[in-house]
Amino acid sequence: MIPKSGNRYSDKVMLETMTARQRISRGIGMKKVLSSLALLGLVAAGMGAASTGASAQEEAHNEAAPTHFPIHEPKEMDWSFAGPFGTYDKAQLQRGLKVYKEVCSACHSMNLVAFRTLEGLGYSDAQIKTLAAEYTIHDGPNDAGDMFDRPGKPSDHFPAPFPNVEAAAAANGGAAPPDMSLLAKARGVERGFPRFVFDIFTQYAQGGPDYIHSLLTGYDQQPPAGMVIPEGTHYNPYFLSGVSLKMPKPLSDGQVTYDDGAPQTVDQYSRDVSAFLMWAAEPHLEDRKKTGFRVLVFLLLFGALVYLTKRKVWAGVAH
Amino acid sequence: MSEGHSTYTPKSGIGRWFDSRMPLPRLVYDSFIAYPVPRNLNYAWTFGGILALMLAAQILTGIVLAMHYAADSTLAFDSVEKIMRDVNSGWLLRYLHSNGASFFFVAVYIHIFRGLYYGSYKAPRELLWILGCIIYLLMMATGFMGYVLPWGQMSFWGATVITGFFTAIPLVGDWIQQLLLGGFAVDNPTLNRFFALHYLLPFMIAGVVVLHIWALHVVGQNNPTGIEVKSKTDTLAFTPYATIKDGFGMIVFLFVFAYFVFYLPNYLGHPDNYTVANPLKTPAHIVPEWYFLPFYAILRAITFNIGPINSKLGGVLCMFGAIVMLFLVPWLDTSKVRSAVYRPWYKLFFWLFVADAILLGWLGSQPAEGSYVFMAQMATLFYFAFFLVALPVLGLIEKPRRLPNSITEAVLEKNKGGGGHPAGATTAPETKG
Repeated sequence: MIPKSGNRYSDKVMLETMTARQRISRGIGMKKVLSSLALLGLVAAGMGAASTGASAQEEAHNEAAPTHFPIHEPKEMDWSFAGPFGTYDKAQLQRGLKVYKEVCSACHSMNLVAFRTLEGLGYSDAQIKTLAAEYTIHDGPNDAGDMFDRPGKPSDHFPAPFPNVEAAAAANGGAAPPDMSLLAKARGVERGFPRFVFDIFTQYAQGGPDYIHSLLTGYDQQPPAGMVIPEGTHYNPYFLSGVSLKMPKPLSDGQVTYDDGAPQTVDQYSRDVSAFLMWAAEPHLEDRKKTGFRVLVFLLLFGALVYLTKRKVWAGVAH
Repeated sequence: MSEGHSTYTPKSGIGRWFDSRMPLPRLVYDSFIAYPVPRNLNYAWTFGGILALMLAAQILTGIVLAMHYAADSTLAFDSVEKIMRDVNSGWLLRYLHSNGASFFFVAVYIHIFRGLYYGSYKAPRELLWILGCIIYLLMMATGFMGYVLPWGQMSFWGATVITGFFTAIPLVGDWIQQLLLGGFAVDNPTLNRFFALHYLLPFMIAGVVVLHIWALHVVGQNNPTGIEVKSKTDTLAFTPYATIKDGFGMIVFLFVFAYFVFYLPNYLGHPDNYTVANPLKTPAHIVPEWYFLPFYAILRAITFNIGPINSKLGGVLCMFGAIVMLFLVPWLDTSKVRSAVYRPWYKLFFWLFVADAILLGWLGSQPAEGSYVFMAQMATLFYFAFFLVALPVLGLIEKPRRLPNSITEAVLEKNKGGGGHPAGATTAPETKG
């Protein structure tokens, strides 16, 4: 390195600064970044530990008067639609639909789901036509200006059990049963630190169905001694926002007849209807995951090519 | 650096005809092909390009979504679900757009932290930095209003809480809130004006981005050493060097983005927003989108009155003050050295600040009760201390490491172990800094 003439440093100073610089710049770079990151991690972990300790202290009180809900976290189940290659188990969805039709639909609407979309459950057009025709749809006005009833068509949506929210609430002790179209995405228990970080890598996105399954199977548990259960509500330690809810235990063993040999138990019914509700909330899930895999493979290959090109372009250029 | 004259020479007759009448191709050539960039830029510098890409992607997906969306409080929720279920690839557009907002913020936070780390706000880049802060503010307004459009529970209650901040302002607060809402509570007029503004603001962002890039091209890019470009050997042509590196950075970013869009599309959202807005039913915990959580934590940390300022106004002042800090950074930092690489103490405080921001974000997602409140207060204190104490004081007392004389020299040092030599590596060791 030859200093230009006319600069104000003597060669000696230059030499000194060079050696000093060499010592410094060795340390700069990846090692420093890594140690900074490690420090950051330590600080974050320390803060996290301090806070969990603190909140654990808060929660150490009698279990008859809990302040945080749900009392029990949802049980994590194995779902066919979990993970990068997840697909719906069509037989399960059909069983879930049966549970919905025979049990849930007495109180819960599913306004956003059209019969035509049931092809996602593996039904043929003819089967869907038959299924839709089982329902009576209030339609109109006709040419004479009158409202009329007619059999359902595939383009119709599931009819609601009550004419309006007020009627639904009045018939159910003051709380309208929620619409089920999006229930599997509208429910979920907070995962907390550090699980929400792991969830990114395990692709955990089944909080909704896990919650619904746990709630439906959680009715038989006995409340701790001394717990006050409000009149007209039912204890369920999996309920998201209290010790009990207005909905009584909806399912019992043998209530719905399966014709594919699946066990006719509350647990099985709950799994099936949870899977069905996931489908109802996210009918394009399979399409999404399939497309996603192709997109990621493309980006990986394209990224590799661009990286190699980048290496080639920058080869021989110090930077 | 836009010091040199243009080297663009149109090759075709049409090119010459065009160039003598409206030199747009020349502008593009000078800005994205011949434009000299420091040779030592690392991947943190690819986020400018990534942000431009995200803005374009958000505008494109947003325009198509707007074709199917109905900005009416009785229709909005169902129209979004119609997009999700019946519109061809509607689920993809909608998930790209909603996750795109999150990843836009991921990129902008990395971009801002990069600027803080390498001192990119220091003279002569103060205006460049402030234009960036304005873009960030516009992004926050756009993101907030976009979250209201699906008209879910969090949309409605988030809007109620956030517009409620304005009532804390003495005298005119209520009037401002009513102006924002178009009434006394969040309702159809609110949704209509938020939709109009949500469509407008991205184009205003695009306008400020043009100014941001213009300012950048006047003062030139900062670089990891924080030393100004001094000679031709310090720089490389934008194309192919920066183009290909930016391109690779974008693909890696898009990979992570796609992972969320296709496998975890609702991870960054809140389940309550899949329940239609109900003005009579308040959710258990109202939380804003994750990218507002640090500011939300600061807002809620002020639980005490300070003289005539009650806790509500105090919280709002601190929250807005937290953003104002960013605007003041160029004048709060007294250091003569730009880059944290040569500032051992600043580097430590910078990473503590990053940890503090993450902690505040986590606290913002927790209920404001018990020990969380105290932790949020401490974290808020550190947040402001970083800007108001660490930045001015460190610059005065810290002894920076010795700087290389030029970018070229720094690069040569780094590559001493056996890298290539830049052509004509003679440097002019001028005054440092």
